[in-house]
Amino acid sequence: MTATTGFDTVSHATETPDEEQPYEDLGLREDEYERIKEILGRRPTSSELAMYSIMWSEHCSYKSSKVHLRQFSEKAPASDLMLAGIGENAGVIRISDEIAVTFKVESHNHPSFVEPYQGAATGVGGIVRDILAMGARPVAVMDPLRFGAADHEDTKRVLPGVVAGVGGYGNCLGLPNIGGEVVFDPCYQGNPLVNALCVGVLPVNRLQNKEAHGPGNVVVLLGAKTGRDGIGGVSVLASATFNSDGPARRPAVQVGDPFIEKLLIESCLELYERELIVGVQDLGGAGLTCALTETSASAGTGMDVNLNLVPLREASMDPQEVLASESQERMLLIVEEGKLDEVLRVAERWGVIATAIGRVTEGGRLVISWHGEVVVDVPPGSLVDDGPVYARPMREPADLILLQADRAETLPRPRTGVELRETLLRLAASPNLCDKSWVTEQYDRYVQGNTILAQPENSGVIRIDEQSGLGIAISTDGNARFARLDPYNGAKLALAEAYRNVAASGATPLAVSDCLNFGSPEDPQVMWQFAEAVRGLADGCQELGIPVTGGNVSFYNSTGSQAIHPTPVVAVLGVISNVGSRVPMGFGGDSDVIMLLGETQEELSGSEWAWVTHNHLGGQPPRVNLVRERILASVLTEAGERGHLSSAHDLSDGGLAQALVETTLRYDKGANITLPEGLNPFVALFSESTARALVSVPRGHEMAFTALCAQHGLPAAVIGSVDGRSRALDVRGQFTISLDELRSAWKGTLPALFGDLSTEPPSYASTSSPSPSSPDDDHEDHSGVDGEAAVAEEAPVSGGGIFDAVDAPEVPEVPSSASVSGPPAVDISKDDAASTDAPPRDPDA
Amino acid sequence: MTARIGVVTFPGSLDDRDAARAVHLTGAAPISLWHADAELFGVDAVILPGGFSYGDYLRAGAIARFSAVMESVIKAAGDGLPVLGICNGFQVLCEAHLLPGALTRNQHLHFRNRDQALRVESTTTAWTGGFQQGQEILIPVKNGEGCYMADERTLDELEGEGRVVARYIRGNPNGSLHDIAAITNAAGNVVGIMPHPEHAVEVLTGPSIDGLGIFTSVLAHLGARV
Repeated sequence: MTATTGFDTVSHATETPDEEQPYEDLGLREDEYERIKEILGRRPTSSELAMYSIMWSEHCSYKSSKVHLRQFSEKAPASDLMLAGIGENAGVIRISDEIAVTFKVESHNHPSFVEPYQGAATGVGGIVRDILAMGARPVAVMDPLRFGAADHEDTKRVLPGVVAGVGGYGNCLGLPNIGGEVVFDPCYQGNPLVNALCVGVLPVNRLQNKEAHGPGNVVVLLGAKTGRDGIGGVSVLASATFNSDGPARRPAVQVGDPFIEKLLIESCLELYERELIVGVQDLGGAGLTCALTETSASAGTGMDVNLNLVPLREASMDPQEVLASESQERMLLIVEEGKLDEVLRVAERWGVIATAIGRVTEGGRLVISWHGEVVVDVPPGSLVDDGPVYARPMREPADLILLQADRAETLPRPRTGVELRETLLRLAASPNLCDKSWVTEQYDRYVQGNTILAQPENSGVIRIDEQSGLGIAISTDGNARFARLDPYNGAKLALAEAYRNVAASGATPLAVSDCLNFGSPEDPQVMWQFAEAVRGLADGCQELGIPVTGGNVSFYNSTGSQAIHPTPVVAVLGVISNVGSRVPMGFGGDSDVIMLLGETQEELSGSEWAWVTHNHLGGQPPRVNLVRERILASVLTEAGERGHLSSAHDLSDGGLAQALVETTLRYDKGANITLPEGLNPFVALFSESTARALVSVPRGHEMAFTALCAQHGLPAAVIGSVDGRSRALDVRGQFTISLDELRSAWKGTLPALFGDLSTEPPSYASTSSPSPSSPDDDHEDHSGVDGEAAVAEEAPVSGGGIFDAVDAPEVPEVPSSASVSGPPAVDISKDDAASTDAPPRDPDA
Repeated sequence: MTARIGVVTFPGSLDDRDAARAVHLTGAAPISLWHADAELFGVDAVILPGGFSYGDYLRAGAIARFSAVMESVIKAAGDGLPVLGICNGFQVLCEAHLLPGALTRNQHLHFRNRDQALRVESTTTAWTGGFQQGQEILIPVKNGEGCYMADERTLDELEGEGRVVARYIRGNPNGSLHDIAAITNAAGNVVGIMPHPEHAVEVLTGPSIDGLGIFTSVLAHLGARV
C-alpha cells in the first residue's frame, strides 16, 4: 500500500519489489507466484495478484484437466454442423440451414452446499448467460442434481433450498425446466452436486463472439451493479476442499436477481438483432477479470479501463474486489464508438444499467486504472493462456480390484412371485426411483409454449420452429456407481444412456456436453478416475459419431479426504424434424403390443436392486456396447417417424421392473406382461443391461415394426399388451399389482421426506368430488370449447407493436376439432431470426 | 374485421408471447402493448399475461399496477373493455382494484406447476361465454403466490353474485379460499384467472386444449356486441 493512495499501484510495486504478498492465501503456489513475477518483470500489484490467482485457479485454467480434455477435440468425429466448439462459452450446432442451437451443462456444487438457494439459483443464472453470450435466446433449462442420503438430516436443508433456487431463478426468467436428474447417494453428503444445463436458439448468422476487436472501440459493462458478493468464488469455493473447521464461506457465494437477468436477456437480444455490438462476453466465475482478459486476449488486443466507472453497490470496494467480484447479471460488450449512444438507449429502455468503462487498444496490454493510478498493467494472454498446466500423478484406486471382485450377481435374490412383487414395490419407492414430482412441480415447464415433452419423460423436447415443427431433444444422465466401479466404462454408460433417451423420444442424437464432477485432482486416485472417465467419454463419442461441444470440470468435490464417486454427467442433444412425431414414454392405446428391444444379460453389479436391497456396491457395471446402442437408436428414431410406436422408454436404473412402473403409471394404463422364456424372472425384471428399450406398438404396426427391427438386427420380443381396463400390472405367473398400490408406493416417498405439498382444505363446493387419481395423473381427454374457434381471416392491421405471431406469412388454419395436431403458424423464433424484411420488435413503436 | 387483442408486456412478463400465440390461434390479432406507453391502439380487449412483472418486487403486481398502460386499462375497463389477467395479470388486477381480494403466497410456500382440473362456475363473463356451466376443464397452474384471499363479506358478495368464474377441483393447488381459481368484476368484463389457459391451446404442448375456450369466448362476446 502506498501512503498517498491507500492502494497498491504499478509504480509502487516497481519500487517495492520485495514486499511480501499473500499469494498462498489466494491459492497460488510459490512456483506460480515466481512465474507471475517473471511475466511482469516485477512483483504483481494486489489487483494483479488477485487476477492471476483467479485466472490460474483450477476452475478457470483447467490446469489439471487440460492434458486430458484434449482428447475431446482429438477424437471428435468430423462435423460440419458444429459452428463453435470447446473453448467458447458454449458449443453451437446447426440444426437447419437457418437455425442453430447452443447448449452446455455446468456445475455450481460448492456454492449450493454453502447456501443452497442462492448457490443453485446463480448456477442457473450463470449457464443462461453463457448461452446468451453466444447470441442465442435461452429456451430451456435442465438440472441434474445429486444429494446425500435422502433421509439424512442435512439433505432436508440442502434439497429444498436447491430445488427452490433452481425454480426461483428459472421460473422468474421464463425458461421452462424440461428435465434433469435427482439422485441420492451418501457419497454426496457433504458435497451435493448441482449441475445446470441451458439450451438456446439462434439464427445461424447471429452467432456472437467474445473478441474485443477494433482499437478505439468502447468497452461497456451491462447489467447489475458490482458488489462484494462472490469474491473468490472460483478460487476459494470451486478450487478447494471443504473442511468442517474452515472459515465461513458464505461471502464467497453470489446472490442472484433473476428479474435483472430477464431484462439483460431481452436487451442483449435486441442489441444482437440490431447488430449494435462487436463482441460480447458474460461475467461469471472470475467476474470482470475473466471478461476483460478473455475478450482482449482472444482478439490479441489490449484495453484501457477506468475501474472507477464501474457502478458499485458499495463505494468502499477496493480495486481488487471490483475485479474479483462475481456479482451476477452482468455482461461485457465491445461497441463501436458510433453505436454507443444507441446501445445505451436500448439498455435504458429495458431498465438495465450500461456504462462505458474503457476502450480497446493496440499493443496487447490490459491497463486498469483506479483514482488516476495504474493498478494493473498486464499482457491479458498471460492470464488466459499461460496459466500452469499439470500432468498430475495418477494411480488406480487401491481398493478397486477388491471392489470389482465383490460381484452383486452372487447376492441372495428374490425367488417367488411374492418376493418379486415386494422387491418391485420396494425399488419403486426407493429415493432414486420414486416419483420426483415433489421436485419438478416447483419448476415451470410450460412457459414459452414450446415444451413438447418434459420430465419425467425420456428427454426434454422443445419445439424450435413452429412452422416446420423442427425441434430438439436433450437428456442428461450419469450413473456414479457404475463410474466408481469402472470410470472408463462408467462415462461411456452415461453417454449411452443419454443417447438412448434422446432416441427414445424420437430424435436423432447430434452432440454432447458434459459436466465432470470429481474429487481432488491432487489425489492420484481421483486423477486416475478422471483420466479414465475422460478417455471413456472421448472414445464413446468417437464410436457414436457425435462430438463433445463443450462442458465443465468440477474438482475438489470431497469432504475431508473422502471424495465423491466419480460423477461424469453427460448431456446429449438430438434433433427431431417434426415434433409431431415425438414418442412419449407412457403406454399408449389399449391393447397395444408391448415389446422389449435389445438383449438382457445377468447384470446386477452396481444396480439399483443391489443398492436398495443389499446396500451393495461392487463388481463390474453392465457391459456397454455402443454399436448396439446405435442400432437401437436408429430403430427408435425411424419407428417414431413412421408412427410405429405409441410409446418408448429406455431401460436403465431398476431395469425392466422400473420401466414397467413408469410406463403404466404415466397415463394410468395397466399392462399384462409375460416375461421372456429362457430367462430367470428376477434377472428379466431387475438386470440393468444396456441398449434396451420398452416400447408399445399400435395394432396394425407390429409386422412393420418387427420387420424394421429384423432389418437392423435388433432383438425384439413381444412381452405383453397394454390393458386400459384392468388398472393393474400383471406379470403372468408371478404377481399382480394394482396401479393404485403401485402409485402410492411410487409417489409417497419424497412427500414423506420433505413435506406434503398438497393443499387440500375442506372443499367449499359441495359438488366437487375427490378423484381416485390426482389431477396431474389425469391424462384423459378433456373436451374443450374449441368448436367455436374462429379461423383467421386476414392479416392484422397496425396498432401498437405487433407480435411476431401476426407477421407469419401464412394465414393459419385453426382446426375446428380437438385434433390440433400440427404446429401452428406462430413463429416465435422469428424474433431471433435476423430478418431484413421485418424490423426487430420494438416495444416502443 | 379481425378482433384485435392487446397483450401487455411489463418488464418481467413471461407468458406474453404465449398469450399472443393463443390469441393468434383463435384467429384474432395479438397486439403488443408496452407498459410505459399509455396508448391502447384501439384494441378490442386486453390481456395482462403471466410472469414476474418488476421481479415481484414489493408484492406481485404492486408496481405494474402503476405503469402508464395500466392507467389506460383501468379507465377502459370502467367503460366495459374486456380485460383478462392471467396469473401475474390477476395479481395486477387485484392490486389495481379492478378485482377484489388479493393473491398471497401458496399455503405450502412452494411454487407449484401441475395440470389442474377446474370447474367453470360462471359463463356470463366476457371471457367464459363459450363454456358450459359446470364444465370441467384441465389447465396448467403454475404460481408461487396464487392463494386467493378476501374477507368474508367480499367472498359472500362474489358467491352471491355468481362472480366466482372457476374453481379448483380434485385438489386445491395453493390454498385459495373457496377453491377460487378465477373471479370477475360486477360487470363481467374483467376476469382474473390463476391457472394458464394460454398453455392449454395445442395438443402437442398442453395437457388439453381447453384453454382455447377463454379466447374464443371473448371473440364471440365482441362479435355479439358489434
